[in-house]
Amino acid sequence: MSAGNANSLTSSGQQSIEEVSHPLSAEESVLSSPDTANAAISLAEKDLSLLNGTPVDTSSPASSSSLVNRLQLDDDLNGETHDLFVSVDDPKKHVSTMETYITYRVTTKTTRTEFDLPEYSLRRRYQDFDWLRNKLEESQPTHLVPPLPEKFVMKGVVDRFSEEFVETRRKALDKFLKRVADHPVLSFNENFNVFLTAKDLNSYKKQGLALLTKMSESVKNVTGGYKLRSRPLEFAAMLDYLDVFTQKLGTIDRIAQRIIKEQSEYLMELRDYGPLYSSWAAFEGELQKPLKSVSECVTSCATALEELTDDMSEDFLPVLREYVLYIESMKNVLKKRDQVQAEYEAKLEAIVVRKEEKIGVPMDVEKCQDRMECFNADLKADWERWQNNKRQDFRQLLTGMAEKNIQYYEKCLAAWDTIIPLLQKKEDMNVDTN
Amino acid sequence: MQSWCSGSSLAEFLQFQPNPQSLLYDYLQIKGAALHVQPIPANAAYSASTDVQCMAEGSCLLRKMEISVAEAEKRTGKNAVNMQETYTVYLIETSVTEGHNPVPDSLWRRYSEFELLRNYLLVTYPFIVIPPLPEKRAEFVWHKLSADNMDPDFVERRRIGLENFLLRVASHPVLSSDKIFFLFLTENGWKEAVFETGFLAKSDSRLKALNATFRVKNPDKRFSELKHYSDELQSVTSQLLRVRARVADRLYGVYKVHGNYGRVFSEWSAIEKEMGDGLQSAGHHMDAYAASVDDILEEEEHYADQLKEYLFYAEAVKAVCRKHELLQYELETASQDLASKKQQQEELAAGTVRTFSFKGMTSKLFGQETPEQREAKLKVLEEQIKEGEVTVTEKTLECEEFVKNAWKDIERFKEQKDHDLREALMSYAVMQISMCKKGIQVWTNAKECFSKM
Repeated sequence: MSAGNANSLTSSGQQSIEEVSHPLSAEESVLSSPDTANAAISLAEKDLSLLNGTPVDTSSPASSSSLVNRLQLDDDLNGETHDLFVSVDDPKKHVSTMETYITYRVTTKTTRTEFDLPEYSLRRRYQDFDWLRNKLEESQPTHLVPPLPEKFVMKGVVDRFSEEFVETRRKALDKFLKRVADHPVLSFNENFNVFLTAKDLNSYKKQGLALLTKMSESVKNVTGGYKLRSRPLEFAAMLDYLDVFTQKLGTIDRIAQRIIKEQSEYLMELRDYGPLYSSWAAFEGELQKPLKSVSECVTSCATALEELTDDMSEDFLPVLREYVLYIESMKNVLKKRDQVQAEYEAKLEAIVVRKEEKIGVPMDVEKCQDRMECFNADLKADWERWQNNKRQDFRQLLTGMAEKNIQYYEKCLAAWDTIIPLLQKKEDMNVDTN
Repeated sequence: MQSWCSGSSLAEFLQFQPNPQSLLYDYLQIKGAALHVQPIPANAAYSASTDVQCMAEGSCLLRKMEISVAEAEKRTGKNAVNMQETYTVYLIETSVTEGHNPVPDSLWRRYSEFELLRNYLLVTYPFIVIPPLPEKRAEFVWHKLSADNMDPDFVERRRIGLENFLLRVASHPVLSSDKIFFLFLTENGWKEAVFETGFLAKSDSRLKALNATFRVKNPDKRFSELKHYSDELQSVTSQLLRVRARVADRLYGVYKVHGNYGRVFSEWSAIEKEMGDGLQSAGHHMDAYAASVDDILEEEEHYADQLKEYLFYAEAVKAVCRKHELLQYELETASQDLASKKQQQEELAAGTVRTFSFKGMTSKLFGQETPEQREAKLKVLEEQIKEGEVTVTEKTLECEEFVKNAWKDIERFKEQKDHDLREALMSYAVMQISMCKKGIQVWTNAKECFSKM
């Protein structure tokens, strides 16, 4: 901890990040148990085929025992155990007199004692996810809360009820929940629990039971306007990294869009090209079969190309864009941390002044230091986790992109391979008759 | 596969030689069945059907002589209107393979000289589908290709096309023994010889041909169908070439944009720790991917050239059809003339006027003619009818000969076309397969790099 150590408060800096228990957290008792403190890393790191980290099998019933078995076989990055599985699927449209909206089925399977039942399945709409996120941010301001897909879509430009849009959103919501479930602190948040289990979420919302931790209370009261003296190197480095990373993601997004555009135009031309061989075949004799097969080949390749382009649009771009949102969230958390540090430094200065004036030492300076040091610890832990997740996510994303391209070429290769013997046949016949 | 040099058709074969006593005849040795097929020079990008043509015994110039268009060079000089111009000349190399000492020879020719040769062949052998020249100006270009005639890639493709033209002529059972062709290959002063043949005067006017097309009554059904086929072939190949050029353009765009990944991955890898290496190497593969499209599309140009050859061949087929229509029309006209003259003779002899004639009307109006006048008229008509009968006989024979010979060559052409286009499609498929395999390779490499991130 690089912040000033004017008073000798017990700092949490001596222990390793993972072992730090949250001094101001209301969930202390839970965190003291080492097993549950280190919660699951998403299954995304496993070599499952989906581009966005959704585990392939989301519907297999996980009885407690089989869950335990799976846990023992798991071999993930930080040696963390999985005891909470969530998924979002099965979008359905609801039409009422007032409005039309989509709900998603949220399934939970867990062995945690914070949950009354081992399994839950209920329906939630985007609003509910949005509520959850806000509550998480409020109640855990020192932690990075994963982003949600964009709330607002331009009506008339995007069809909110189209299959592609709904599916893209579902995947993002699924990712969001999984990231929360994997987080060692966020996953134990009361609001998260309620979201996953409450039959009637709306009445709960109305009750306004916002269970804030002591930390969130105090961070909420941090007023802005304090100027930061010097940002500790590690946090400055984080900000620099995020800036450059945002830039690069933006560039990649533009390149991907350009590729999609070029591929679409290529596709259009192929759709003109293929049929020409057919029309040629129509007035040929000997050449009819070969020409027809070339036509079919080109058509197959065009179909394969369309599949590739659709995959890029539906799977690649949204994940890329969601990371930009993630970066924004991270930057906001860094900003908050800056403010907390700034306040602490300001109060520290004030003490020095007051000491000279022989007025009593206010106790809230200690609180400030505490606050700052906890924030720093939480942030560092979350940063590490975020970096790891980012690495996995991008490894999966880019590997998936490469795989889709391989599949495209394999489909085309198969198509062209089949007509080679067709074209050769006549030549063999020629040799025979001569 | 018909052989032009089997005994029975030799007479016809000789009949159509402009000068059977030519030097060339020394080179023609009508051998037995042993066939030594001339290997096609390595830089002929076209199909090997010229090989197949050479199966005819001994009539093929290609069997006696190696021909190639080896190089192209830029020249500058003064043209007909005394203006400086830059043009390209092509080096024709020939090497007589008979005997122990191959005698190599070479000379330079412009594209316009090739055109002159072809025009001569068109006029001299109207019943033959004359092989086409490569295009005069670059057409069906996609954006990377230059439409400039001086562009080295265009010149190179033209060189290959010209060589292919010469090989096609040299392996044709009829055309290969043409003296002027031989002179074109070997003699600098060939132009005098070609003009001496007076071929320009023999050429049919376009107007005459057009007139015949519209007014012929009974063209041979096969030729009508053939003309229709040629029209369709022209239409579809030109459409194909146009769309293929657009497809090439788009494909180029797709590949090249991927090159941008190379740069951004490199920049991104600079701020990463563990991910850096994987990203960096993946970026290199993206660069390689983007670069690979140049070779791919260059190969595809050869396919386009093969299609173009047949686009132009279609025109050559139409020329043969037009000649048939012309001959047929002339025959019909001559027959009609004869028929009406005979009619007149009949009427004059019988004294009745069944057909309307001005003379008839005036004599009705102004009185009958004298017996002496009638005698004189009859005599004239008799002469005319005699001439007319000769003309009709000649024209009929000419038509029949033309149809017979033309159809022979058309059958040969059809087989050649089927063979060549089948091969072209095959090589196109092979190109596509190669492109797919390269794609799989690159992306597999990239995937490996990504998985190590």
